[in-house]
Amino acid sequence: MSTLLQALSLSAGYNAALVAIGAALLGIAAGFVGSFLFLRKRALVSDAIAHATLPGVGVAFLVMVALGGSGRSLPGLLAGAALTAALGLLAVDWIARRTRLAEDAAIGAVLSVFFGTGIVLLTVIQTLSAGKQAGLKDFLLGSTAGMLMVDAVVIAAGGLIALALALIMRRPMILVAFDAEFAAATGWNLRRIDMAMMGLVLAVTVIGLKVVGLILIVALIIIPPAAARFWTERADHLALIAGGIGGVAGYVGTGISAAAPDLPAGAVIVLVCATIFTLSLLAAPVRGVLAALIRRRRFQIRVHLRQGLLAMARQEPIFDPLTLAVLRRRGLIRSDGVPTEAGRAEAARTRRDELRWEIARAMHRDDPAVASYDGLTPIDALLTADQIAEIDRRIPPASGVTG
Amino acid sequence: MGAEFVQLSLTPILIGTLSAIACALPGNFLVLRRQALIGDAISHVVLPGIVLAFLVTGSVGTWPMMLGAAAAATVAVGLIEAVRRLGGIEPGAAMGVVFTTLFALGVLLLEQSDTSRVHLDVQHALYGSLESLIWFDAEGWASLVDPVALAGLPPELFRIAAVAALVCLLTAIFWRPLKIATFDEGFAATLGIPTAALGLGLVMTAAVAAVAAFDAVGSIIAIAMFICPPAAARLMTQRLESQIWWSVLFAVVSAVAGYVLAGYGPLWLGGQDAVSAAGMIATVSGLILALAARFGPHRARQGRVRRDDPQPQSR
Repeated sequence: MSTLLQALSLSAGYNAALVAIGAALLGIAAGFVGSFLFLRKRALVSDAIAHATLPGVGVAFLVMVALGGSGRSLPGLLAGAALTAALGLLAVDWIARRTRLAEDAAIGAVLSVFFGTGIVLLTVIQTLSAGKQAGLKDFLLGSTAGMLMVDAVVIAAGGLIALALALIMRRPMILVAFDAEFAAATGWNLRRIDMAMMGLVLAVTVIGLKVVGLILIVALIIIPPAAARFWTERADHLALIAGGIGGVAGYVGTGISAAAPDLPAGAVIVLVCATIFTLSLLAAPVRGVLAALIRRRRFQIRVHLRQGLLAMARQEPIFDPLTLAVLRRRGLIRSDGVPTEAGRAEAARTRRDELRWEIARAMHRDDPAVASYDGLTPIDALLTADQIAEIDRRIPPASGVTG
Repeated sequence: MGAEFVQLSLTPILIGTLSAIACALPGNFLVLRRQALIGDAISHVVLPGIVLAFLVTGSVGTWPMMLGAAAAATVAVGLIEAVRRLGGIEPGAAMGVVFTTLFALGVLLLEQSDTSRVHLDVQHALYGSLESLIWFDAEGWASLVDPVALAGLPPELFRIAAVAALVCLLTAIFWRPLKIATFDEGFAATLGIPTAALGLGLVMTAAVAAVAAFDAVGSIIAIAMFICPPAAARLMTQRLESQIWWSVLFAVVSAVAGYVLAGYGPLWLGGQDAVSAAGMIATVSGLILALAARFGPHRARQGRVRRDDPQPQSR
């Protein structure tokens, strides 16, 4: 536990602090950029992009070795990754637009084929540099061990640039996500904006390769926006919250992974993300599952209360156990089911409210306030005292309810 | 093409081919139902399933692995559905949330547990080890009729053969309802076909195929076998029957050509060591798909004029 606290307070050593800051920035950028992809409902395109980076890493290594380098320069490898990821993205786009295959088939085909080609290249590299570990397998699942200062700076700077570009382009991206036809009609070039958005996703993916790895980086792009969606109804807030969640996950995840052996950073970061997602799913105030359950229960009780009171007013017997329980708890009936004084008064009031509603609906057919009749809301919550007086004048005297 | 071929290449080629067929058959329906990425999700969650099964039983036998992976696939499908419904999240993102989380869990469990005794590591899980499935006891073609040598065939061969046979059988049995439900789910429901159960059954079949193929090609390249041959076949024909046959043909060609290119290609080019057979199989299937997408007779959507089509002459 103390090692975890050390890692989280950036005092576990220079390298650990570097990794934590880099991962946090990466998480912020990924969550922010991913939000637009999420809103555009194309989250899984990022999966194709991520897997398509692998052959690029291999090619870049081979090229750098052929040019006489060691082949391990991170910027070089990432440039290669970006190149084939862009190819993969274009391939998905081409297949989905120009053939009758749907985008999901295109995504699956591109991600698996590019990955397969990447694996072929990795085995080629293995045989070429027999004995020497090229360390390219770290790109599969990420590795924070032995990360260099220059690597962390590349990751942090890349994250910041992607974040800045996403901030600049947020308006058109939100517009396209919500109403693509409107955006096109107002003169935005849809394909260009989509491609720019994918370009940002690509940038974040490539930056994240070293820390999280190409198989799990999509989690950092997809999960934070999905979790953030529970907390807000506004697109700009969504992006900010998602960025925050991603940042926390990156920071805490690297901290936990540094605190114990055999805890791979990428997997731990993703699991922290998933924990935040699960908590949001359950406990978010409006869209969460708990909130929905409570809302449903309250609604149920209101319906049973109303129907029970109406039944009491009509002197009908009540059998439903929930209705009886609701009425009893509010002191409207006694435990043997006989209405109390308060219960009789409340039943009469409900009966009058129902009568008023009937007349109001006949009188004001076009009034939106009346059209919102749901059988639960008391009429005096919607109409003015004058209107209600007018309604009361039309109640036939036979029903004679007072009070 | 003698004893060495039988010993080193025959069983991997057979296993690769059977894996490709077992995956391509359900893949046809997944692609048509726009559920191609379910194959993606399932093959990712095979890893946690197998790791859990290993942790529980302590072995990497056929049945624990099959059951663990099938259980993981069921859990994944249930979770995706739960996230989609409870959270109001679109299916693609729901899938992304669930399968990455389960995969991360699998990686974590694998790193935490002691799997040094058995052949189970992350690299193997990702892209398999087709080359290692050799037939030690074979001494030549004559071994094919030698009961002693036959007993030494890798158990993976029997596993994938059984699964391929099961998949073929299921496809044949459920052909009509599957076909109707795939093209018109509403009509299928009015005929009394239990479409939800059928859809789940299809996903489960795909999961079983993914587990069996997992040995040979790992989880990511199994996705290529699910999607590429059926997708290419879809661009060749309008009829489901012929699409199935095309996809089987493409699957077999990918597996055989991929293995041969990986094993002997580097030798032809003057190299010494083989490259990853699984990776090469995926690459070949991708090339086939690329050719089909460029030249396939039914590549374009119907009812839409392609830009490079000559305009119909009006007079």
